[in-house]
Amino acid sequence: MTPIAPTDPTMPPRGDEVDHARRSVVGCLAAWSGAAIVWTVAGGVPRAALAGDRAAPADRALRFVQISDTHIGFHKDANPDVVGSLRRATAEINALPQAPAFVVHTGDVSHLSKAEEFGQARELLAELRVDRVHTVPGEHDALADGVGGYLKAFDLDGAGRSWYSFDQGGVHFIGLDNVRTFSKGRLAAIGDEQLAWLRQDLAGVAHSMPIVVLAHIPLWTVWEPWGWGTADSAAALALLRPYGSVTVLNGHVHQVLQKVEGHVALHTAMSLAYPLPTPGQAGVGEPGPVTVPAGELGKRLGTREVHLVRGRHALALVDMPLER
Amino acid sequence: MHPSALFFTAIAIASAPAAAQAPAVVEITKFAYAPREITVAPGTTVRWTNHDETPHTVTDKVGELASPGLDTGDLYEHAFANEGDYPYTCAVHPFMTGVVHVRRP
Repeated sequence: MTPIAPTDPTMPPRGDEVDHARRSVVGCLAAWSGAAIVWTVAGGVPRAALAGDRAAPADRALRFVQISDTHIGFHKDANPDVVGSLRRATAEINALPQAPAFVVHTGDVSHLSKAEEFGQARELLAELRVDRVHTVPGEHDALADGVGGYLKAFDLDGAGRSWYSFDQGGVHFIGLDNVRTFSKGRLAAIGDEQLAWLRQDLAGVAHSMPIVVLAHIPLWTVWEPWGWGTADSAAALALLRPYGSVTVLNGHVHQVLQKVEGHVALHTAMSLAYPLPTPGQAGVGEPGPVTVPAGELGKRLGTREVHLVRGRHALALVDMPLER
Repeated sequence: MHPSALFFTAIAIASAPAAAQAPAVVEITKFAYAPREITVAPGTTVRWTNHDETPHTVTDKVGELASPGLDTGDLYEHAFANEGDYPYTCAVHPFMTGVVHVRRP
């Protein structure tokens, strides 16, 4: 199968992508809400588009929505109303012309792992008119009692652990917890127990089956000084490499970054809470919340989208943060 | 700051006459513990205060230091009874590291 490659933002859009009025509306909504990303899997190839983008395919394709980093409990200047932001995203998702099969939340559901934050998040996510919301924990969800508090609210399959897999729509989904094991140094890790589970889980999956992996922290090293990477991601990706189509959906960095390695495409998502700085940004020494005036926040979040096309070999190995 | 400057700052705090009563202080600012290394006498309480908008923790691998997530302005205190070296990290940001050295004066 041909690898998925990100669209080159410097290329002019194709004719069927040009709809400036609609784009500006989507941009406006995204300015308020962060953004929800709608993923469709057609022919084994996941595609992403902003919620509200009606150009997305396709009949009978599996559609699901990714949200991330809601940080319920956050109340600082960077976004004093994270509940309102999640509700705006929920309204967008509920208004999609084709209802998604489910929603995935790639971690940092809460800000401080407090029981009341998990409870409120659970109630808010229940406002999504979908069958299920699949979550993975972020490090903000593992502050108090490991993932004990998180699992009280979000142990969807009742297995009592923070990783899982399921099949739906011809796709094998894997949720990983990569926010708790710090034994390997500066970066968090998946850990040997979970890697052993992953090996066993994949043993029953045909190489032709598309795989979608959910994990909070990127499964590639985005920026090591800020801990934006997973110490043992290479071990996980090695297990996934034989599969024809692997899509990794991450959060954590509060911005869209992409990387394609062979048949493995890795994507981070925007936050629904607040922006974080770009790695290596001049004058920014640490990954704290970025407070911008409301008008600028809209400009930063509203003009961004994720759109993948097939087979751009020239871009296949390029890390590509989208400009804000 | 040069690492040795941090070290001497820590010594100055630990050897001050009031050290036995007043807690030794570690500030958490800009994703770093300041001072990163601190030396105190047995029985001293160390107080960490988070000044960042991002939550941090004071967490070690053996469970002696196990703060909850510290929001902006939150404190965590721990009294060190025994001599030894107590390295710790932030559970949210494992690249943040600090050490408490507990030594008899």
